[in-house]
Amino acid sequence: MSEVIDQHAPRVFSDTETPMVELRGVSRRFAKKLDVAAKLARRLGADVKEEIVHAVDKVDLRVRKGEVVGLVGESGCGKSTLGRIVAGILPQSDGQVFWNGKDVATLAGAEARDAKLKRQMIFQDPYASLNPRMRVADIVGEAPQVHGLVKRGGFDEYVDEQMRRAGLDPAFKRRYPHQFSGGQRQRIGIARALAVQPEFIVCDEAVAALDVSIQAQILNLFMRLRRELDLTYLFISHDLGVVEHLSDRVVIMYLGRVVEEAPTDRVFKAPNHPYTRSLLDSVPRIENRKRAFAVVKGEIPSPLNPPPGCHFHPRCPLAFDRCRVEVPKLREVAPGHRSACHLNDAA
Amino acid sequence: MTEVPTLEVRNLRTHFFTRAGVVKAVDDVSFTVPRGKVLGLVGESGSGKSVTGFSVMGLVDPPGRIVSGQILFKGQDLTQLSDEEMRQLRGNRIAMIFQDPMMTLNPVLRVDTQMIETVLAHEKVPEEEARRRARDALGMVGIPSPDERLKSYPHQFSGGMRQRVAIAIALLHRPDLIVADEPTTALDVTIQGQILAEVQKLAATTGTSLIWITHDLSVVAGLADDIAVMYAGKIVEQGDVGEVLDSPLHPYTHGLIGSVPSRNRRGEPLRQIPGMTPSLLSLAPGCAFRARCPRAADDCGVMPELSEWRPARLARCHHPHLETAEQAA
Ligand SMILES: Nc1ncnc2c1ncn2[C@@H]1O[C@H](COP(=O)(O)OP(=O)(O)OP(=O)(O)O)[C@@H](O)[C@H]1O
Ligand SMILES: Nc1ncnc2c1ncn2[C@@H]1O[C@H](COP(=O)(O)OP(=O)(O)O)[C@@H](O)[C@H]1O
Ligand code: SF4
Ligand code: SF4
Ligand SMILES: [Mg+2]
Ligand SMILES: [Mg+2]
Repeated sequence: MSEVIDQHAPRVFSDTETPMVELRGVSRRFAKKLDVAAKLARRLGADVKEEIVHAVDKVDLRVRKGEVVGLVGESGCGKSTLGRIVAGILPQSDGQVFWNGKDVATLAGAEARDAKLKRQMIFQDPYASLNPRMRVADIVGEAPQVHGLVKRGGFDEYVDEQMRRAGLDPAFKRRYPHQFSGGQRQRIGIARALAVQPEFIVCDEAVAALDVSIQAQILNLFMRLRRELDLTYLFISHDLGVVEHLSDRVVIMYLGRVVEEAPTDRVFKAPNHPYTRSLLDSVPRIENRKRAFAVVKGEIPSPLNPPPGCHFHPRCPLAFDRCRVEVPKLREVAPGHRSACHLNDAA
Repeated sequence: MTEVPTLEVRNLRTHFFTRAGVVKAVDDVSFTVPRGKVLGLVGESGSGKSVTGFSVMGLVDPPGRIVSGQILFKGQDLTQLSDEEMRQLRGNRIAMIFQDPMMTLNPVLRVDTQMIETVLAHEKVPEEEARRRARDALGMVGIPSPDERLKSYPHQFSGGMRQRVAIAIALLHRPDLIVADEPTTALDVTIQGQILAEVQKLAATTGTSLIWITHDLSVVAGLADDIAVMYAGKIVEQGDVGEVLDSPLHPYTHGLIGSVPSRNRRGEPLRQIPGMTPSLLSLAPGCAFRARCPRAADDCGVMPELSEWRPARLARCHHPHLETAEQAA
């Protein structure tokens, strides 16, 4: 493995150190349940099979300690599924997940517990992920108490500290989630995740549901907590502006596969993969006035029935014969910059 | 003589009379949309964008109602029309596109049935002519093999395709005005890009005027001619898109633009607007932005008027950012 050397990257990480989290060849399949009509047809003797979705398809991913990795891609491409596997709340169908160099599946006892607690996830919809019948104090304090992180008699003090850190007034701790605004509920979700003293946070569209003026507050909070608590993030977002602002490295997915990964500057200044380029061209930017919107042709194919070869070939302006039959491998095109496109073989 | 604008809204107030109190969702809103122009209506959730759109369409339901003001569509005041007259205009001369295309589409009807019915509802033409128009409209919004697609049901389409069909239905009668309420918010970027490109082409070629409601300043930047920024039921800033985005006058617009990540240095804290959106039920007197505003002073306890600080540049503020406007000029 070559060293990552990129002058522009805000933080440089060595490829030789053991990553905090590593995925090797991870896949996740879901069986799509048959609807009533299909079940009936099957009972009547029709040859109807359950369809399989390859939500995540042989993904390798490494996140190093202290890094912020942005994970982007369009709806249904597998970001949340991958995020949940990384956070340890969804088992993979194939492949291995490593935590500080150890295969999580082989861990037991205190080590297994540690690997679980140290990885936490923050969700898009702060309301759906908070129990509406629990008071904020219990939402935030329950898990750390169960896991013995709170001193006897220190519950209130512990909760107050977690709330303050997330920018919430501890005076509100007896309230229920519905008594808070969207931005405040996201802060509750953050306080809850941080209360178990994690080292690694998966943020899944954590600001997508918030108004722009509130988004900035929450993004700033994430960045401050990163510095103060030395956190590592996998930051999932469809918003390229947000990802560009706070990531050290960006990983781009398309239909279950990673198609490109590189330091943030390179992704935005020198994207290699045709899909990444189309994506960047499609993003409206506040700097662009009254200009013709660039257009990628075609629709996003169904993950139930992905095209063979390179998944992007039906929409790719540069596709050629090989793309329709052979899956391109993720290969290094520059130090720390990998891309999965057959065009890179020609060079 | 100047042309009569497609739409002119004057001092519109739409209030909801709820048990908890009166929600002044739209409170003294005025704007003009000239023929063939796009007005971007932006603001945070709850600021009154959708209710403004529904008011223009005559679709405000109890406990809400238009309390006062005029909605002049090519000079005719829509607030004075009967329900039946309004129904005749809707879908014909003025049309609406919603965030959720299923608000427009009927899930149990084939697309051709719905589109042909829509044509025949307002015009007596042979069915073949109606079908031809439906097909043309689908083609216009970039749906490939429209003949085949006409025979499908809405659930057989992806979200982006459904939204295109909804837009095609809005276009069937070549309306003079389309009100689009966050129509691309739920779509993926590459699909949003496709739809914005089609809409842009349409406005340029057909002379249709558009009100494009969104919370996304970047979309408005690329699409609109003029922008109106709403906050707590009122327009706080209005003007040419480029001028407003380059040199916002109102502290709220200023803060909003400043908090866009691409306007900040990478990795540094984003400029943020402190505090949160006020509840419309308990608005203190004076400027609604006061509690969050870095420029607030004593006189802000009195609600400012929407004043013309620069030619065609309106702001509702006692202490607007005139210095940035000067720099840009
Ligand atoms: N529990 C499940 N059962 C069946 N299919 C699933 C399940 N979870 C996810 N999928 C499917 O797996 C694919 C990837 O889903 P995922 O939620 O990871 O996408 P995503 O990239 O997070 O999308 P979004 O941007 O919309 O959040 C989709 O086709 C989805 O429908
Ligand atoms: N049917 C209703 N009953 C009571 N209040 C309503 C109703 N519809 C909208 N409102 C209120 O009107 C205000 C503006 O809403 P809306 O126009 O939907 O905001 P936006 O589209 O800008 O997000 C909000 O405070 C909202 O709660
Ligand atoms: S492999 Fe082929 S189809 Fe895929 S991105 Fe590269 S050129 Fe396009
Ligand atoms: S009127 Fe006063 S409080 Fe309101 S925006 Fe202007 S300066 Fe701020
Ligand atoms: Mg998701
Ligand atoms: Mg709305």
